[in-house]
Amino acid sequence: MTTLRTSRRRLAAVSAVAAATLLATSACGGGNSDNEGGGEYNAGVNKVANASNKKGGTLKFVGVQDADSWDTTRMYYAFALDFARFYSRQLVSYNPKPGKKSLDLQPDLATDTAQISDDGKVYKYTLKDGLKWEDGKPLTAEDVKYGIERQWAQKTLSGGPTYIKDVLDPDGKWKGPYEDKKPFANIKTPDKKTIEFHLPKPNGDFEQMLAMPTNSPVRKDKDTKSKYTLHPFSSGPYKFKSYTPNKSLLLVRNKEWDRSGDPLRKALPDKIQVTLLTNPDERDKRLINGDADLDLNQRGMEVQGRQTALKQHKGNVDNPQSGFISYVAFPQSVKPFNNIHCRKAAIYGTDHKSVQTARGGPTAGGALAHNMLPPVIPGYDKSDDQYGILTNGGKADVAKAKDELKKCGKPNGFSTTLAVRNTDKADVKSAEAIQASLKKVGIKVEIDQFDGAQGPSIVGNPANVEKKNYGMILYGWGPDFPSGQGYGIELWHSSKIRDNGNNNYALIDEPKIDKGLADAIAELDPDKAAQMYAEVNKEVMAGAYYLPLTYLKVVQWRSDRLTNVYAADSYSGWYDFASLGVK
Amino acid sequence: MTDHEHKSHKDTGPTAAAATDLTATGTAPGEVTTDRKPPKAFLEVRDLRVHFPTQDGLVKSVDGLSFTLEKGKTLGIVGESGSGKSVTSLGIMGLHTVGQYGRQRPRLSGEIWLAGQELLGADPDEVRKLRGREVAMIFQDPLSALHPFFTVGHQIVEAYRVHHNVDKRTARTRAVELLDRVGIPEPDKRVDSFPHEFSGGMRQRAMIAMALVNNPELLIADEPTTALDVTVQAQILDLIRDLQKEFGSAVIIITHDLGVVAELSDDILVMYGGRCVEYGSAEQVFYEPQHPYTWGLLGSMPRIDRDRAERLIPVKGSPPSLINVPSGCAFNPRCPYADVPKGDITRTTRPELREVKPGHLSACHMAQEDRERIWNEEIAPKL
Amino acid sequence: MLTYLIRRLFAVAVMLVVIILAVFCIFFLIPKWAGIDPATMFVGKQADKASIEGVREKLQLDEPVLVQLFEFFKGIFVGRDYTGGGTTTHCAAPCFGYSFRTEQAIWPVLTDRLPVTLSLALGAAVVWLFIGLTVGVLSALKRGSLWDRLAMTGALAGVSLPIYFTGLLALAVFAYQLDLVSNTFTPFGENPAKWFSGMILPWITLAFLFGAMYARLTRATMLEVMGEDYIRTARAKGLREPVVIGKHAMRSTMTPVLTLLGVDIGALMGSAILTETTFSIPGLGQAVLKAINDRDLPLILGVTLITATSVVIANLVVDLLYGVIDPRVRLG
Repeated sequence: MTTLRTSRRRLAAVSAVAAATLLATSACGGGNSDNEGGGEYNAGVNKVANASNKKGGTLKFVGVQDADSWDTTRMYYAFALDFARFYSRQLVSYNPKPGKKSLDLQPDLATDTAQISDDGKVYKYTLKDGLKWEDGKPLTAEDVKYGIERQWAQKTLSGGPTYIKDVLDPDGKWKGPYEDKKPFANIKTPDKKTIEFHLPKPNGDFEQMLAMPTNSPVRKDKDTKSKYTLHPFSSGPYKFKSYTPNKSLLLVRNKEWDRSGDPLRKALPDKIQVTLLTNPDERDKRLINGDADLDLNQRGMEVQGRQTALKQHKGNVDNPQSGFISYVAFPQSVKPFNNIHCRKAAIYGTDHKSVQTARGGPTAGGALAHNMLPPVIPGYDKSDDQYGILTNGGKADVAKAKDELKKCGKPNGFSTTLAVRNTDKADVKSAEAIQASLKKVGIKVEIDQFDGAQGPSIVGNPANVEKKNYGMILYGWGPDFPSGQGYGIELWHSSKIRDNGNNNYALIDEPKIDKGLADAIAELDPDKAAQMYAEVNKEVMAGAYYLPLTYLKVVQWRSDRLTNVYAADSYSGWYDFASLGVK
Repeated sequence: MTDHEHKSHKDTGPTAAAATDLTATGTAPGEVTTDRKPPKAFLEVRDLRVHFPTQDGLVKSVDGLSFTLEKGKTLGIVGESGSGKSVTSLGIMGLHTVGQYGRQRPRLSGEIWLAGQELLGADPDEVRKLRGREVAMIFQDPLSALHPFFTVGHQIVEAYRVHHNVDKRTARTRAVELLDRVGIPEPDKRVDSFPHEFSGGMRQRAMIAMALVNNPELLIADEPTTALDVTVQAQILDLIRDLQKEFGSAVIIITHDLGVVAELSDDILVMYGGRCVEYGSAEQVFYEPQHPYTWGLLGSMPRIDRDRAERLIPVKGSPPSLINVPSGCAFNPRCPYADVPKGDITRTTRPELREVKPGHLSACHMAQEDRERIWNEEIAPKL
Repeated sequence: MLTYLIRRLFAVAVMLVVIILAVFCIFFLIPKWAGIDPATMFVGKQADKASIEGVREKLQLDEPVLVQLFEFFKGIFVGRDYTGGGTTTHCAAPCFGYSFRTEQAIWPVLTDRLPVTLSLALGAAVVWLFIGLTVGVLSALKRGSLWDRLAMTGALAGVSLPIYFTGLLALAVFAYQLDLVSNTFTPFGENPAKWFSGMILPWITLAFLFGAMYARLTRATMLEVMGEDYIRTARAKGLREPVVIGKHAMRSTMTPVLTLLGVDIGALMGSAILTETTFSIPGLGQAVLKAINDRDLPLILGVTLITATSVVIANLVVDLLYGVIDPRVRLG
């Protein structure tokens, strides 16, 4: 099932994101908003705050983390993918609408969404007229092809998602544009305006994958290879003016960009300025002080800033649902979690409410998670609450937990080790809350903190997990693109069990789940596919491989000056940068 | 005021009148401090008291000291360390009232008259202007007394320019001239040397040059040769004597070594426990000393012509505490003749400074004949 | 003097080579001996097989150690090419490594950021010397007074309070509440006035930490010096007290202060990281913090080298200054 290969690196994106998102202290909401014409609380959630078409001004981002790369091929951080649309275009892209509506793909460089062959194996696009690069030269199908093919050059351009590569070249036969003399056969450009993708196997999410800015066009003569990150050549409304890594970035208008040919990007500000700091508290202060408009990294505010914002400037705050989930996996290689009843006992015995509180309460910590598919993913099913997490209001079900322990043959409980990354305070606090609640049902949990940056070789190494006796692994997860495939394959599919860099911590090897996923991927109708993913999710929950904790939410700052602000499900519930303007 | 130190002088020379005056005032204790009339003598110290308040009590470093000194004359102040001689000199320099940061200031009383001006009650800045110009001082250890980070020339120039409004070049010429005068070879080169580049004797010469750069009328030399080699000591003393003749200054030499003052001094003042115990001309003090402490000092003088074993053993014991000065005669615990006077008098009553011969004063309870007998029979033959 | 200088410069050069060797061992060899593939450390945390392979080719990690070392040194003098995965990246001399995370040669990053850190450090040093010496001298002169006790308590606080506390407090009060100074860093070349406004708080915050130590040192030294014979001599010359203190006593007090200053250049680096983070100043400290977060080893290596170099050079300068301040010190 190699067609199902997905990211190995989502984990890193999540850890980087979650690290700063989740903080321990509960935010005190309430208080009257003291905003000076800023707007109202959650004005940018499921609706557009300060809708406007006013052009001009400088949009000021402030961040504490530079992009992993500004090279569209190499970027993986969600904010970078979001930001890339300022200077890059794709064949298809997301609908500039709040919330769920953002998920409808719209033609971008292409005149229309794909013409898909009946067998679902050929995707064909025609480019719009008058497309130009920042130097005025025409943008051709060959440039799109070259941009996509760059992801084959992993030796030089590592870091980005490789969904298209994995789907089009599952066996990795082609060596990429830098090393392979032969052209790649599965992407064809019959003429300057047409591009075709030939899939070895159908994949219902192929167009979702293409929408990722990873697949932006790159012109061969402007490809500076590994240095492309320093100045990506623009096909979008803005171009790089100056960039110093970890310091600052300035984008200015790309005069060659044609507004009429790009309805997806509002391109309101004249300039886009990014300032990079190291101290998140300082970032929050600058946001509250009005020195910057929004957080580049979109990971939410720190405790102090969050409290100030919610108390004094509630009108500047949005609290959207993100696509991320915090969860615990039970590696089946570690006893007694090879027994489903012991897993169930731990799920029933965990007090979700106390975990939520440990993460910062409903606002900062997120909603109680009752299954493994978060609300922004199509296929989310609110009624799927097999362990009564919602019906019990998050309280632990001690009776059922003890009952399951008996069935597991451990009526007096057992001892196990919970692995948690030391880089995430909220994760550590969650682990402590789990430890406290499981103690009440007789499960003694020892917490083992590990270096978060080394995750792939510590918890991502099943042999190590077994050796260290990690019965529980606490981690975070989010989708690269909003579909059950983009979210779940890596966690649930047997083919994803790897010796190193494994994400299927629970070691799920269940033919029923594998088949359900394969069918869902092959399904070209998104609604049907969503339904199928929901079914797979139900199986996963029935198998008690995972203990979902919370669906993460972020406390997002929106300055008084910002216009057209909305959180989009296409970006894991974060603001759609390309639509923003300033008053 | 249990006693008062009398000041007298040998009846020859211009100080005789002053000595008579003092002897007169000395008979009426208590009047001295109220007598603010300027004396005729060039330098007159009247009933000087320097008391340092400490946590353990009041340290009476100098406790009622009076003397006079004329221009061109040399006074030797002799005593062990802690006898108050250096404190006296600093008192004359007015250095007890400056630089006492965060410390309790010493209590000063009495009068110091210099060229008709009273210094103790004077404006500190006036006193400062006198320092270095009218009164200059040579210190014991020239290595530590010279600033290690400035050249010798710089330090002399600085001393000159603080009292003379001249440019650096002129001051430098003056410094070279003085260095030459004190016997520094190649003075125009050595003027730019640092103190550590000089030998001990050279440093002291430089120090003397610095002290003399303003032609002071009074030169105080505080143990000027103690830190030096024996061979160099004599050279320095010769230098001081020559310079005194040349400049005509009054000189006070402070030392624990009677040998030093023997060569230079006209008068000698022996201090013990912050007070004067014997005062007289150099001849008197050397040939007819009237105090057992002076005998001890004489006994501790190095003599080349005698065997070590034969020599009189110097004063035993250690100097008295200046906080709890022994009652009676301060010297009595160490005095081999404390029991010569009848009764407890040496332990109960402080001996007055009395004129035993014209111009020769001593503070001792022993009868004149006892002293002369002991000196002639026991002490002198051994010296 | 000249031979001394040449000898010292030669020693500095030897020292730097030793440091480079040590750093090279730490970053290239020890991981290898410990069974960790250095390539993974250079790729950063998002290591996958192909990119590790690419880095291994580019860094020639499969070559013998001596070859790697030679390449490293060669890079410093004539530049170096990183070839792998069908691409070549050139790193011009002096090449102190190349960051595969930010795709930058290290040297330009260092030269871009070093002046910022230097301006922070030197500015702070000026402030703390001024504050430290002034407070120390006043405390010594008013020993035991209320002022002295307050100043020394303040100094204790200065030594004990961490920069991120004093710094954030200062920012909150002076930049955000009172709006007296700028809360953002502006490059000097862009706007000197704004640069100054933005640097005041960092200077003072950093100076507060160090100045406190200097105040205590100055006070203690001053008290000692005031008891020296040559101070009495200076007074005996009739010098005014301000001259006695300001010239004669200060001159001697400066020597240990200067020694400490030389030592502190090294310690300053650690404090600069915190200060730069707290005040968001894009200097070396911030760069190295980022580098540590990102596991960007070449940059860590570069900053380590430049820090070590600055410590060595600072010590040389202090030793030379010694000869100027204290003539008893023979440079030969």
